[in-house]
Amino acid sequence: MSTVVLEKLVAKPPAKLGIVDCDIHPSPQSMASLFPFMSERWRTHAETFGVFSPAPFTGHSLFAKSAPSIARRDAWPESGPPGSDLALMQRQHLDLLGIDHGMLTPLSPNPGVERNLDFAAVLASAVNDWQLAEFTDKDKRLHPAIVVPREDPEAAVKEIARCAKDGRYAQLMLRPHGLEPFGRRRYWPVFEAAVAHGLPVGVHAGGYGAYPLTSAGWPSFYIEEHLSTTVGGGPALATSLIFEGVFDRFPDLKVVFIENGFAWIPSVGWRLDRLWERNRAEVPHVKRPPSEYLRSNCWFTTQPIEEPARPADLRQIFDWIGWDRLLFSSDYPHWDSDDPNYMFPIQISSAERSQIMRDNALHVYGHRF
Amino acid sequence: MARETVAHAAEIPPGTNKVVTIRGREIVIFNVEGEFFAFLNKCPHEGAKLCFGVLVGLTDSSGPGDYRFQRKGEMLRCPWHGWEFDLRTGRSRCDPENVKLRAFPVSVGAEQSPPAQPGPYVAETFPVTTVDDFVMVDV
Amino acid sequence: MNMVSPVAVREVIDCDLHIGLTDTDLLMPYLPDYWREQVVTRGIRGLSLAFTRPGAPGSVRPDWRPAAGIAGASLESVQAQALDPFDTRLAIANCLYGGQALLNADQGAAICAATNDWIAAEWLDKDSRLRASIVVPWQLPELAVAEIERWAHDKRFVQVLILVSGDMPLGKRMMWPIYEAAEKYGLPLGFHAGTTYRHAPTGSGWPSYQIEDEASFSQAFQQQLLSLLMEGVFAKFPRLKVVMLESGVTWLPFFFSRIDKLWKGLRMETPWVDRLPSEIVRDQVRFTLQPFDAPRDEDITHKIVDQIGSDRVLLFSTDYPHWHFDGTEAFPPGFDAALRRRMTVDNPLETYTRLSEGLA
Repeated sequence: MSTVVLEKLVAKPPAKLGIVDCDIHPSPQSMASLFPFMSERWRTHAETFGVFSPAPFTGHSLFAKSAPSIARRDAWPESGPPGSDLALMQRQHLDLLGIDHGMLTPLSPNPGVERNLDFAAVLASAVNDWQLAEFTDKDKRLHPAIVVPREDPEAAVKEIARCAKDGRYAQLMLRPHGLEPFGRRRYWPVFEAAVAHGLPVGVHAGGYGAYPLTSAGWPSFYIEEHLSTTVGGGPALATSLIFEGVFDRFPDLKVVFIENGFAWIPSVGWRLDRLWERNRAEVPHVKRPPSEYLRSNCWFTTQPIEEPARPADLRQIFDWIGWDRLLFSSDYPHWDSDDPNYMFPIQISSAERSQIMRDNALHVYGHRF
Repeated sequence: MARETVAHAAEIPPGTNKVVTIRGREIVIFNVEGEFFAFLNKCPHEGAKLCFGVLVGLTDSSGPGDYRFQRKGEMLRCPWHGWEFDLRTGRSRCDPENVKLRAFPVSVGAEQSPPAQPGPYVAETFPVTTVDDFVMVDV
Repeated sequence: MNMVSPVAVREVIDCDLHIGLTDTDLLMPYLPDYWREQVVTRGIRGLSLAFTRPGAPGSVRPDWRPAAGIAGASLESVQAQALDPFDTRLAIANCLYGGQALLNADQGAAICAATNDWIAAEWLDKDSRLRASIVVPWQLPELAVAEIERWAHDKRFVQVLILVSGDMPLGKRMMWPIYEAAEKYGLPLGFHAGTTYRHAPTGSGWPSYQIEDEASFSQAFQQQLLSLLMEGVFAKFPRLKVVMLESGVTWLPFFFSRIDKLWKGLRMETPWVDRLPSEIVRDQVRFTLQPFDAPRDEDITHKIVDQIGSDRVLLFSTDYPHWHFDGTEAFPPGFDAALRRRMTVDNPLETYTRLSEGLA
């Protein structure tokens, strides 16, 4: 590898390639930001009892992250956490990088993890309303996602219907970890509602719910937690969706794997195919080889991009996955985010760039814009 | 290459940095315990602005559970992906041969003088020798 | 589909073969009086490990499935099916019986010890081609160390066997006495696909179908390999070799790039990992061939092998009696003669130094 000191050898993007960024994290300034969207009864509940977190601490995540608030250090506004200041987001991200459309993926508070199901429903609707008021109403480039209390499928379906009336929500956003594996039948009403309203389902990696991060229990280090979000989460998500038969039951369901990584896809597809070929009698409802569902129903965001020791291997991964499956994402404002100008360690053609940075996302989401 | 005066030394207290733009390039000057180092304000990984990074020590180890904390404040952790760079040499900790910051010679003095030695762009430390503390960078 | 005409492999060393222990009654001759009585009075039978799913089609190749009982249970069947047809010079037998999964550590230790005694008497004593892994009660590391020390002198035991998903991540310091003993006696640590089901197979809990559990093992290997790396097992035990048994292979190149990328930014949390984790893996970790986890495609094989970046890390295995191939062509297409030689002879000999003593 030659000395890398400055401007990387990448094709400068064409001047007017409007990028679609499929993972931008807005953050409330504080819990109080959500109060206008809650009744007094629930404001009081929030102030008194707070929001459930599976971590054992009142004010910290289970693992210490790479940086405070998992954020890049230049993304802190004058006040409030990273992602809470629209003007800063516009200046250092949307305007700077020429982003035409940004998919909002609010992570916290997480109604999928709140154990008090009534409160979870309230949090969901508050976060959904707040996204519109503080982001989408003020900057049309930003498209909100519907969050729901997933452990109460009935309430989740109601919230999806409520939000779907406002045509601006681009997708349903879920988290991969819950009380049961992602594709389990208990959650099917939610998939059904997504399909009925023409909403893709974005599953944003990370977090944890009722179970340790690995099948051997809890690891020690943040790097292990981070690996779990890709290697642990993505494959388990795909396996559950496929073998539960979610795509057979809902052939029109589109699932976007957000920040789940992508380099695992070929190997997992091949492994699932092998297992299905031999043992498909256990899952007769799965009608096609598993890897086919990865190509027909699934898309994958690019961040955190792979950096193989031989950059050309990245092209091979993309070939195996399918260039039409990949959606650019920044993960703004997190520390491990990707800058679209520097993220590709290989030369790609303008057609390939256009696919990843824009066209594929327009195919998945464009009808909502 | 020209020598540019970028700041009075007192403007950049130890542990802080200043960013200047010289002929279209953002240069960041760090003060590491009284010594000045200047780099292109761009991480060689994905272009993050180094001025937002944190100064940290270099922690090595003789084995699991052992943390040898040294060289406090002499390493820069990139504000994005956290790569560690030795501010004295510009070299990354993870791949010192191949991944380095683009460095510019720095001197501190009263006025411009011929550079101590010309070219290549490898960070060098220059002795602080003079009375008037103007920080100068050869860009 | 590309099929390479079979290359005759001579002097094959098979690094993962399963002998079947039908039930606890076979262990009775080797159990002390107390445990013999416990087994009888409390009905401690049926300890075959459930994750092996003996009834599932993929678990046993049709022509290897006996009319009754479990596959690989008789010496004759293993000889006729797994050794003779492959010109096997040496085979390492991994016995997956449940001493390792019992919660009562002493009970587990007794069953493990009897299992090893049974392996020695009924298999190693009867066919000089066979070698074995020591089945250890890793529920309590000090008991595992005792079992390792009991067999360390017997050079036919060439490895320490542990399952990839147990009570805790494999790198945790509580496991280190086992690794110390293994390193001391020149025994690689063999981590085999499987689980004691102490924890759910996935971070989201219990999947509906067994096929999902089996799919999850390759993720388990990646997470546990990272645990070994980051906890510093390879730094602490630089002469220890680790073998990933039945882990899947095609995930490896991209595991390398992911953990190297993460390490570059997160190095400060585990400063004893002082170089690229992928380099440590290439030095100290090996992987058995089956299951490869790719379509039978020469091009894919070439690319994966090329991306792994070393011809030292793969070890030949049949994984008898699992159904990974038909006939005797155990290699997927795309492995050239030189690499096959490395995998069937050189890499096993370098990894399992005790094997050389059996080849004189």
